[in-house]
Amino acid sequence: MSDQRIVPIVMPKWGLSMKEGKVTGWLMEDGSRINPGDAILEVETDKIAGAVEAHDGGVLRRRVGEPDTVYPVKSLLGVIADPSVPEEEIDQFVAAYVTPSAEDDAEEQGPKYEFIETSAGTLRYAKRGAGDDTVVLIHGFGGDLDGWLFNIDVLGEAATVYALDLPGHGQSTKRLDNPGLDTMTAALSEFMATVGIDSAHLVGHSMGGAIAMHMAADDPDKVDSLTLICPAGLGREIGGYVDAFVAAQGRKDLKPVLEQLFADKSLVSRQLVDDVLKYKRLDGVEPLLKDLAAALFGGQVQQDQPGARLAAGEAPPTLVIWGRQDEIIPATHAQNLPGAKVVVFDDAGHMVYMERASDVNALIKQHIGG
Amino acid sequence: MARKISMRQAINEALDQEMARDPSVFIMGEDIVGGAGGMGEIDAWGGVLGVTKGLNAKHPGRLLDTPLSESAYIGAAVGAAACGMRPVAELMFLDFMGVCFDQIFNQAAKFRYMFGGKAETPVVIRAMVGAGFRAAAQHSQMLTPLFTHIPGLKVVCPSNAYDAKGLLIQSIRDNDPVIFCEHKNLYGAEADVPAESYAIPFGEANIVRDGKHATIITYGMMVHRAMDAAAALAKQGVECEVIDLRTLSPIDWDTVIDSAERTGHVVCVDEAHPRCSIAADVSAMITQECFKALKGPIQMVTAPHTPVPFSPVLEDLYIPSADAIAKAVARSRSH
Repeated sequence: MSDQRIVPIVMPKWGLSMKEGKVTGWLMEDGSRINPGDAILEVETDKIAGAVEAHDGGVLRRRVGEPDTVYPVKSLLGVIADPSVPEEEIDQFVAAYVTPSAEDDAEEQGPKYEFIETSAGTLRYAKRGAGDDTVVLIHGFGGDLDGWLFNIDVLGEAATVYALDLPGHGQSTKRLDNPGLDTMTAALSEFMATVGIDSAHLVGHSMGGAIAMHMAADDPDKVDSLTLICPAGLGREIGGYVDAFVAAQGRKDLKPVLEQLFADKSLVSRQLVDDVLKYKRLDGVEPLLKDLAAALFGGQVQQDQPGARLAAGEAPPTLVIWGRQDEIIPATHAQNLPGAKVVVFDDAGHMVYMERASDVNALIKQHIGG
Repeated sequence: MARKISMRQAINEALDQEMARDPSVFIMGEDIVGGAGGMGEIDAWGGVLGVTKGLNAKHPGRLLDTPLSESAYIGAAVGAAACGMRPVAELMFLDFMGVCFDQIFNQAAKFRYMFGGKAETPVVIRAMVGAGFRAAAQHSQMLTPLFTHIPGLKVVCPSNAYDAKGLLIQSIRDNDPVIFCEHKNLYGAEADVPAESYAIPFGEANIVRDGKHATIITYGMMVHRAMDAAAALAKQGVECEVIDLRTLSPIDWDTVIDSAERTGHVVCVDEAHPRCSIAADVSAMITQECFKALKGPIQMVTAPHTPVPFSPVLEDLYIPSADAIAKAVARSRSH
């Protein structure tokens, strides 16, 4: 099993609760040349569908995973190897492969989540990797750190990556006085100070993008670079998503709202809807989201324009990523930050970092490395 | 933060958090404190199966051990609720409810209606239900249909720890009388439960498994049997949707009818006796609302029309099995 010329493709573990996934189809033929980062096959879990990407290059020598079949996490789905490796060795590798148990996996990766006390309350975060650069991932309105499931591990190969739940979100404290851009940015600042981050590459999605820009404008020393994914704060227009998200009380109201997030509506699974409902039903969440929505997006207008302040001063290196089919914040806002590198994906929506995970990961890696 | 806790702990946590939030909440019942035990223990029992253990120390004076007189303390709880308190009465076994039917059926359930909407009765009556505990015929019944029949009562029967906490919190906050049925064989069952408080609205069924070939509709302990049956059928390529009703009154007809229309094959599973059961009720409504969408006769899988046997062998046969549910799905699909 230690043969470096033979590399297994295994069922990935996307998020804490994933125990198995279904192979829905192969994107590569037997014998295809594989480069690191290539999407090889598609997998669907009860929460989400996504592509399994290659970590190493080589030739796809064997496709083990059958379409429409469910496999446990870490099961062998395929084999990548150098063309010089004989077929018999591939056969032996497949026959000898033993799927590691879930317990081994938990020990190997350490704690998935950690909690710290800050003046903004208890905040949950996840940390991956140990690189010299530090990256902080900041989710959007109503989101949480689990939304980075396709990104955090891959980015952790290149940097020390933190993802946090902002106050009122995920499993962080559900109380925040005067919720708004100032208090959210202060909470991010508190988080960075408490875990000991002097400065970081900030990656912000939607509201998280506005928070990142706000920090870059007020506290430029804390920001090494900005990656803004469908960010708020670059224009006034915003769709009806936020108010509808806050108002939705049950599965039937919430599903069409969540579908606005994706270009591919089929990505909104029942489990995704249920998870968001579970979050929305926690005591304190609804009033906090209402206040936050009024402060940031009252009257369906973006109230804060940190992008304009950033453009007026000296902005850090900035990458703006957008999905052309974003139904919440128009992708045309990407043009409102002069000097930024802009990448717009035609076939993605507001959740472009999920829908085009491998491309977005590659762009971020390149951005923080350069 | 979410962690795995049992349904027993989830119910205890819901009571604890609601008592901390609202001073009008208090608990009464037989041995819910249970007097002083050894080693300075101040709640020796915490209820017959230990569900309320530890609460007396946290909320002194707000847990009332009552005499063995259900008719008296259920009446007292209903009266306290009508006067502005939010009592949670623990009746131990739902089977004992017979001695306080007037307090529940004729008083609590009728106040809002008979006083022209001016009176509210925010009382919760918690009680254990279900067979499989070797507790014989008087301590094992699934009497949910009796209470579901009465307008003015809300009837809840959770299948897991997450739902139990959220539904009990909703029950306490609700302004109408709620019969909260806890399956005794589920007390140890663990699930991910947030430490924070949360309420699950009544009348929202949970789809616990997606499927396109058949719909299994049930609640309580039978959700687990239905999931076992669905897993077995999936191996044969038959994908069943499993619906956990969660609350029987109000009931989520929209989810039930929508699923029945999509799959065309329906199995209603109930641990209650077959006549006038939840299974019979749901079957009748589906037939009325979406007869043309059905591709086979609706099947009912229930306990038999007999008392719950004390013989363990017979008791196991009495409770609807995953195998019986799977066979019922096959029967409907053979048409």
